[in-house]
Amino acid sequence: MGKSIMIVGVGGQGTLLASRILGNAIISAGYDVKVSEVHGMSQRGGSVVTYVKYADKVYSPIIDQGEADVVLAFELLEAYRALPYLKKGGKVIVNTQAMDPMPVIIGAMKYPENIAEKMGKMVDLTAVDALSLAKEAGNIKAVNVVLIGFMAKATDIAYDTWIETIKTTVPAKFLEVNLKAFDLGYNYTA
Amino acid sequence: MKKLLLGNAAIAQGAYEAGVRVVSSYPGTPSTEITENIVKYDEIYVEWAPNEKVAAEVAIGAAIAGARSMSCMKHVGLNVMADPVFTASYTGVNGGLLFCVADDPGMHSSQNEQDSRHYAKASKIIMLEPSDSGECKEFTKIAYQLSEEFDTPAFLRLTTRVAHSQSLVEIEERANDELKPYEKNPAKYVMMPGNAIKRHVVVEERMKKLAAFAETTNLNTIEDNGAKIGVISAGDCYVYAKEALGTKVNFLKLGLVFPLPVKTIQDFAQGLDKVYVLEELDPFIEEHCRSIGVEVIGKEAFTLLGEYSPNMIKKAILNEDVEIAAKADEPLPVRPPVMCPGCPHRGSFYVLKKLGLTVSGDIGCYTLGAAAPLNALDTTICMGASIGGALGMSKARGEEFTKNLISVIGDSTFMHSGITGLVDMVYNKGTNTVMILDNSITGMTGHQDNPTTGKTIRGEATKQVDLELLCKAVGVEHVRIVDPFQVDELEKAIKEEVNRPEPSVIISQRPCALLKTVKYTGHAVITDKCRKCRKCMQIGCPALSSDENGIHVDLNQCNGCGLCVNVCPFGAIVKEG
Repeated sequence: MGKSIMIVGVGGQGTLLASRILGNAIISAGYDVKVSEVHGMSQRGGSVVTYVKYADKVYSPIIDQGEADVVLAFELLEAYRALPYLKKGGKVIVNTQAMDPMPVIIGAMKYPENIAEKMGKMVDLTAVDALSLAKEAGNIKAVNVVLIGFMAKATDIAYDTWIETIKTTVPAKFLEVNLKAFDLGYNYTA
Repeated sequence: MKKLLLGNAAIAQGAYEAGVRVVSSYPGTPSTEITENIVKYDEIYVEWAPNEKVAAEVAIGAAIAGARSMSCMKHVGLNVMADPVFTASYTGVNGGLLFCVADDPGMHSSQNEQDSRHYAKASKIIMLEPSDSGECKEFTKIAYQLSEEFDTPAFLRLTTRVAHSQSLVEIEERANDELKPYEKNPAKYVMMPGNAIKRHVVVEERMKKLAAFAETTNLNTIEDNGAKIGVISAGDCYVYAKEALGTKVNFLKLGLVFPLPVKTIQDFAQGLDKVYVLEELDPFIEEHCRSIGVEVIGKEAFTLLGEYSPNMIKKAILNEDVEIAAKADEPLPVRPPVMCPGCPHRGSFYVLKKLGLTVSGDIGCYTLGAAAPLNALDTTICMGASIGGALGMSKARGEEFTKNLISVIGDSTFMHSGITGLVDMVYNKGTNTVMILDNSITGMTGHQDNPTTGKTIRGEATKQVDLELLCKAVGVEHVRIVDPFQVDELEKAIKEEVNRPEPSVIISQRPCALLKTVKYTGHAVITDKCRKCRKCMQIGCPALSSDENGIHVDLNQCNGCGLCVNVCPFGAIVKEG
């Protein structure tokens, strides 16, 4: 058993914390794991990609095209961009937020229309309004943990392992919000 | 106990376990987190130096004084520190000395793709290359043993994927960190010709011993799967190859990439039908193999450009194609990094673009000023180049050109290597204007303190370099401080200074919006005074968007910095909340 999970989003959306929670939960479950992230530009609103791979033994830290079991996308356009990385039969989980990139802001290109519908026709896709759920949890920044919560169900890692991991990974003052966000994601049904 | 650690954090753990006592570095992606993680260990003295050359000198001095020491940098930082490094190869060490250099194949966050392995060969210094976090820690410790055993500095070479991947690392205790005795020994440490001539002999003798060591070390390993194809590889390329090829080939994994073994490679290749060399960037291992008479397939089947990947290796060696699930069937807008909402640089570049100046740029967040819609920069070469570069332009094209020319450089970059450019400008009668974009932090690499912030890497208060006094001290008589969000005032200041036939400095001062001390409140609101002139769209703020109905503010992104309010010619944007 093992999985390759690709987390994509926009710099500033909290993908790094999401990958950290995921990585730590996987270790608690006893797997070998590699988490790969690119820093440096990550806070500056660019595309951000993180790879999380677990199995009995993991070699490459990167996920190549056609390899991801799950693409966990924090933003619609970034999900669309990541499609070639999905394995045949893989699953896309996408937050319904849309954020204009600079070429769209300056009017040089259009933001593609109806991305979720188009992707839904091509692959196994679940769209989650994580921003609303994060608001419900008490902080819009908890979008990342809502999405981790929803994805957690697609793994073979126990609920309690996730909760313990969040307790040890997230700063104490944000713990309550994040536990609530995780549960809202975990219990969400499309 | 095992922990999930970033490659860079694992190196810091390795340094701790190896008993390292002194670390000095300058930040640079993807190496920065090594030094940031050293801060966790109270036993180690750690600092941000003003640049890599000074950092290397501090580490060399500490090693001569008997401490295990370290300096970490990105590949281009190694260019800056090359001078002391080449001579430290001659002096050798007392306490172990390690330089950790992180290359960036694919240029995730760099201005070039140079291959640092050439430096190991040129400076005659051993180089180890780990392939995951576990090896990052182990190789760091081994490097210190080798440094002391062979009396040489050592390199640890990383690539972005190794530096920035997390994998499991065994956590162990710190070793004995006692200082070695210091004794005055000018024949070894004073590198004037009479001594250096003798030390060069020692270096060449050391190379012979290291060549013999390269044949026997456990850093290089062979995995014989009884195959007819062999793969020689190191670092991240090894793990890609292992993932792509499993047990279908035999592997020679090189943990020591300089010096490379001879007999080990010749023996490995014996009896194989084909031997591939898998290495990103230059054909460093490949050319070595050819030079020792081993026929290999290298760059002709792969590439000199960017990163390798498991799929690329599968295609080249097994001729296997990848099946993908789906792909967007329309062109997708790219999402390049942008200046953050509230970024102080946005005001500076808005004005520079408006004035249509030739802008000699530098390395930092503000390099993003080259991107649309600001499109402000004309050149970016390396850390500090903006000032000397502009002086060169002026000397080439004369006074009139200089009136439309300005250099932009950040506070940390100015301390790194801008100050010497400014001295050159004043000394050689340049009349240029330099704009120091002082955002009170080293921004691009993720907020490191520097000599202008008044704090050390551990957050302790220290002397703060006064940029205004510093510029005046080197002979610039016209130095003024302006807030980049007061765009009218900034425009006036720039016009005056570029037209002045004397050297001048404008310090464009406002702290980075991501600093915890910066508290913007509220958000922008577009009122019905808006005439849809779209002037506010020219600042390239990610919180603003425009369509046929007018301008919109994304409240999730807007932090209420107020720049758009200052830019609007009709007073149509106001701040609320």
